Amino acid sequence: MNGGTPLIEFERVSKVYPHPAGNVVALDNATLSIMTGEFVAIMGPSGSGKSTLLNLIGGLDVPSTGVLRIEGADVSTLTDDQLTELRRDRIGFIFQQFNLFPLLTARENIEFPIMLACGKRECGQRPHQLFSAVDLPEDSYERRPSELSGGQQQRVAIARALINDPALLLCDEPTGNLDTKTGNGIMELLLGMNRRGKTIVMVTHDPKIAEFAERTIHIRDGRVE
Amino acid sequence: MIFFELAKRNLRLHLFRSILAVLGVIIGVTSITAMGILGAGIVLFISEDLTKVSDTLVVSPHVGGAMGFSTANDRITDRQFEQIKRAAAPSLAVPVYQTSDRMSVGSEETAGIIYGLDPKDMPVFLDIKEGSMLRGSSGAMVGARFAEDNKLKVGSLIGVRDKGTLRVSAILKERGMGFDINPDYGIVVSSKWFQDSYNRKEYDSVIVKVKSLDEIDSTKKTIEKALNRGRETVVDVVDTRKIMETILDSFSRISLFTTAIGGISLVVAGVSILNVMLMSVTERTREIGIMRSIGAKRKEVRRMFLYEALLLGLIGSGIGAVLSVFAGLLVSQVMLQTTRFVFAPSSMIYILYGMAFGVGTCLLSGFYPAWKASDLNPIEALRHE
Repeated sequence: MNGGTPLIEFERVSKVYPHPAGNVVALDNATLSIMTGEFVAIMGPSGSGKSTLLNLIGGLDVPSTGVLRIEGADVSTLTDDQLTELRRDRIGFIFQQFNLFPLLTARENIEFPIMLACGKRECGQRPHQLFSAVDLPEDSYERRPSELSGGQQQRVAIARALINDPALLLCDEPTGNLDTKTGNGIMELLLGMNRRGKTIVMVTHDPKIAEFAERTIHIRDGRVE
Repeated sequence: MIFFELAKRNLRLHLFRSILAVLGVIIGVTSITAMGILGAGIVLFISEDLTKVSDTLVVSPHVGGAMGFSTANDRITDRQFEQIKRAAAPSLAVPVYQTSDRMSVGSEETAGIIYGLDPKDMPVFLDIKEGSMLRGSSGAMVGARFAEDNKLKVGSLIGVRDKGTLRVSAILKERGMGFDINPDYGIVVSSKWFQDSYNRKEYDSVIVKVKSLDEIDSTKKTIEKALNRGRETVVDVVDTRKIMETILDSFSRISLFTTAIGGISLVVAGVSILNVMLMSVTERTREIGIMRSIGAKRKEVRRMFLYEALLLGLIGSGIGAVLSVFAGLLVSQVMLQTTRFVFAPSSMIYILYGMAFGVGTCLLSGFYPAWKASDLNPIEALRHE
């Protein structure tokens, strides 16, 4: 564990979803911190509240009660646009199903967040550095996601997550759709990113994958254990 | 930027659907533009005929009685004519006799309007196609249509019931519809011949040609003041410019109405675009979720869908504009038998209107789907399969 400043702080955070049959408590009074530069795995069975935790950390949702700070900012006080900018500039998302845009080429997919940030189509040389950083062959640059293998697609997704040089990488079952060998390759890549200073929070139900992390947070029935 | 590119690629991906949506816009834009061009053409067509008489006041005896029946005594006397002449000065006042009668050309029987004018006033109204202007009291000048229908030439003879025979001295140029005199379907004789033949001194109307259009209102008022003293209305003074304005106004309304009918097809096109866009939003819910989660703002998602609507509108309106020129030529030829008004500025402006309406309808139709897309909850959108 790095002894830096906290990047994420949960203070007695609960998330309650209204439901006709009674409110559903997805996260119950959670208090935890994730330090800058940490590699944390979140584990728990289905419906335990992993996704809620990840959505809150990713600024996609706000707590019902309690205080959640991301880089010191209380997310409850941020507007929708400010939360969006936080996701765009400070957080990189890596999904189980890659979630690339099928209509864009690999290069355009990677450039998408930087284009959002700079408002133009041409925003410097960074995509080319990233291609080599995530170990993508040159002939894949102008291909659409459907023409790439699963592993290549996840590498494109990682490059996309890194393009705005975020402080935090959020990974939701990053190897869930990949075979073991390819999955291990992706995990090595993430580990490399962590060594270069990126904070990584990863949701997984695979203990072998969780072993790549320095710390594992267990969650069950909405409670952090 | 990238959202425009995404909009373009999405339309290309669903090419057939996009083409159908564009087709609706093309039909809508073409129909409203062609109707607009036709309407403008009709107004131009009518006003071309009407402008010739817009400097005219027609003074006629006031028609009394609630039912509007006129009696034989309701004519303008010489004294009244002198009053009109004085009131209208320096504008020219021309007394006109007018009747309809049976006529014969050779063995053929026919009928037509007969105008009686002083020969010195004739050049004010009439242009000659062939022959020469009437000088003496006998003889007649024949309207273009009347001559054509009865195969009359200069020198031909026309019998007027029991009033005698007139030799044609001239065939007149076609004059078109007018509010003063309409000699196209009749003949013009000298006032002397008319007085002798019909045994009349009173005139049917007096036509005042004002010197400048600005004087129309004041001349009209002066004549009314001079003749309609007290409560009694002796004459009606009709301002032909007013009539023309009323007619043009009516035609403009008709033209607006036909354009509005064309607009219905554009509304249908709008509904089809709304449908296509809503489908697009549903299909791309997950993609919208990804966009929102990695940092696209609501307004950016909204913009992407509006670009799609805009593209459909621009392509449809562009093609529609080109086609509407041909459609305008076609409807003008069929309805007006001429295409010369199609390229007039007042007709061409409808192309711009049509395009603006086309693009506007598409944007309007795209607004709800765009709003719906931007309002999606990113978490739920991401879960969408």
